[in-house]
Amino acid sequence: MTQEQTLWQFIMSQHEKLLVQIGQHLGLTFLSLLLAILVGIPLGILISRRRKLSAPVLGTAGILQTVPSIALLGFMIPMFGIGATPAIIALLIYALLPIIRNTYTGITGVDPVVIEAATALGMNKTQRLFKVEFPLAMPIIIAGIRTAAVINVGVATLASFVAAGGLGEFIFGGISLNNTNMILAGAIPAALLAVLLDLIIGYLQKSTLKTLRIAFYIICSIAVATGIYFIFSVQPERKIIAGFTPEFMGRQDGDLGLRSVYGLKLNPLVVSDAIMYEAAYQGKLDLISGYSTDGRIKAFDLVVLEDDKTIFPPYYAAPIIKTKTLKKFPGLEETLNLLSGKINDSIMTDLNYKTELLKQTPEKVAKDFLVSRGLYKNANHGNGETIRIGSKIFGEQYILAEMYKMLIEGYTHYKVETKTGLGGTKICFDALMNDAIDFYPEYTGTGLLVLLKLSEQTIKEVSKDSKKTYDYVQREFQKQYQLQWLKPIGFNNAYALMMRRVQAKQLHISTISELSEYCAKNKF
Amino acid sequence: MIRIEGVSKNFGSKKAVDSVSFQANDKEILVVLGTSGCGKTTTLKMINRLIEPDSGNIFIEGKNIRDQKPEELRKNIGFVMQHAGLFPHYTVAQNIAIVPNLLKWEKQKIQSRILELLEKLSLTEDMLKVFPHELSGGQQQRVGIARALIADTPVLLMDEPFGALDNITKSAIHNEFKNLDELKNKTTILVTHDVVEAFELGHRICLMDKGQLVQIGTPAEMLYHPINSFVKDFFGNNRLMLEYKIASLKLVESFLKKPLSLKAQQQLIKEEDIWETLQVLSTENVYTEDYEALLQAFNQYRKLQTV
Repeated sequence: MTQEQTLWQFIMSQHEKLLVQIGQHLGLTFLSLLLAILVGIPLGILISRRRKLSAPVLGTAGILQTVPSIALLGFMIPMFGIGATPAIIALLIYALLPIIRNTYTGITGVDPVVIEAATALGMNKTQRLFKVEFPLAMPIIIAGIRTAAVINVGVATLASFVAAGGLGEFIFGGISLNNTNMILAGAIPAALLAVLLDLIIGYLQKSTLKTLRIAFYIICSIAVATGIYFIFSVQPERKIIAGFTPEFMGRQDGDLGLRSVYGLKLNPLVVSDAIMYEAAYQGKLDLISGYSTDGRIKAFDLVVLEDDKTIFPPYYAAPIIKTKTLKKFPGLEETLNLLSGKINDSIMTDLNYKTELLKQTPEKVAKDFLVSRGLYKNANHGNGETIRIGSKIFGEQYILAEMYKMLIEGYTHYKVETKTGLGGTKICFDALMNDAIDFYPEYTGTGLLVLLKLSEQTIKEVSKDSKKTYDYVQREFQKQYQLQWLKPIGFNNAYALMMRRVQAKQLHISTISELSEYCAKNKF
Repeated sequence: MIRIEGVSKNFGSKKAVDSVSFQANDKEILVVLGTSGCGKTTTLKMINRLIEPDSGNIFIEGKNIRDQKPEELRKNIGFVMQHAGLFPHYTVAQNIAIVPNLLKWEKQKIQSRILELLEKLSLTEDMLKVFPHELSGGQQQRVGIARALIADTPVLLMDEPFGALDNITKSAIHNEFKNLDELKNKTTILVTHDVVEAFELGHRICLMDKGQLVQIGTPAEMLYHPINSFVKDFFGNNRLMLEYKIASLKLVESFLKKPLSLKAQQQLIKEEDIWETLQVLSTENVYTEDYEALLQAFNQYRKLQTV
């Protein structure tokens, strides 16, 4: 086992990356905030002038605010591609509501006596706005900007899903890699940024108008400068644009392996697996780190590059469960093993294709499959104890969870509760260890590389062979966590590099070694 | 000179002002008097187009106010509001200088004019840098008046300017205001519900009720020749005091059987009203005779008025 790093060691070793991420984070926050101010304040003024518009405008901004941020980012891809642009637009949308609302409240809240005085003294509408209403509404408007700034620091962590960088790279990478130090190295600076920004704007709120104006100009110019520098300078021109998940970036069987074994140095963008396939399909990315059973490979006509030097270890899926849980629920093990050996790679890809592209519910896909294999039995509606099934947040796991649910309900008298959509490996595994769930489908490769944290030597040795991998994790999990790996389901959902079929053909690339050669020839 | 001709204004189905006509002359203070909701403030605000009339015309110096841009019109009309209406984010100096700044006066000219007004309105120079909320109500109102006077407009409109002040502050400001030379060549229209204030400040009084003008005339005409019982009853409560207030010592003097004592003559001012004069005389015992003589003379004078 490798020596555990302390948080400080991690930060020291990654400080360059961290600084860049902080810079990107600030840039995203400030740029979007600035745009939100430029859009929000005039809109707020407009609706304070034409009150009829206030309900629709505030309503729309309110609805946009309630759209989950990851979904909003998803909508942005087809329109704005990946990178800083969609992230900034999404952040802008989140920052709008507090700014519009506070501008509106601030201006409509100005004492009518003062407005009447201004009118009676001979001020026209513009003079009244800039000399009276706006300055008097300023504290409330700034309070709105303050709220928006804090929201944006938080939401900007999600920018890493669309390859816009920011502290989310560490946070979500850390969650996927079960690396607490990495999570903290992203989360602590993000929290500090939020607090700091809140304090600074709070201070400005109390100061007088003149210092305010000066400070505003300074902050704006710094923001724009850093934002533009960090967001656009870190993405040099590439011939092949690679987009990898944060998890893939930090793994030996990921980007690290590509560099050391294949000598492939791509300077990839960090991107969420939720949007990566579509981005590849649309040509925003050329090379992605997908999963070999993903339904979208079929849908988007992607091709998996052959791992000719075997850096990707086998990822056979099997339920993991505590030994004591198996004892508590007699008959459960047999029921779960009904599925073992029933689903191979192409079946899994097909099932995934049905949910992800044909938009069938995981429930229907699971039932159809079980029925076709003669495994389906109607639910007993038994009144035994409840078994809680967990799943990670992607389609395949939802289908597996549904299948297990149907099997347990059909073959035993236990009740079932599913807790699907648990964020990542770490969240799922922690839930299992803390008895928040009873079992979930895990992959041998993940167990080997993420959960056990072995030395490179051991990994190389063990991961050559799928049987060896399974036996090793089975033995080690029993020893370290008192967890059982049940029999493998059959398919191997390993990491895989993939490209658009057309492009791969054009460039004559079918293996990772060929890709590496191509890149070397074209001087990356 | 301000001429109002058949002006009406409805708010929904309610007639706020119902074909009102009157004229305010140069160099006079015309008080528009009435209870709340009688339409007096609406009438006033129609003069500077804060409210647009539904019908009728208003002329200032012979020019119809509709023919001017509202902003230009208002820059030529001083306006004092009930709660001063100062800008809370402006210092006192900035507040006073609003109109000159709109008119783009030179800094020097603004500064000297501010200092001139400070003096006349019993404000001090150290108040210039503070914000309105740091001043007392009376001081705020003085600043409000200074702001309305600074551009030396020919017309001054005042909407219950002293309504929010306590009685002692109010009578002190009344006295200063009456004697303010800035008003000497202006047409001033002042709106109030305070009968005593109307009599203390107004050269003429215009009494309104339910949106209509009931009677317009000098304070003496209102008291001694009311056109109906409404007017008579309106002043009924304070009648005696008002009678003392509208007669000046100069007017009553001729009814004295013998002149007042020399000492009293030195003490008194001819233009002062009888109410104030009697108050001065009642403070010291040596004036007892003068006090009684003046009372007698006033009664003689009063008999003639009611005929």
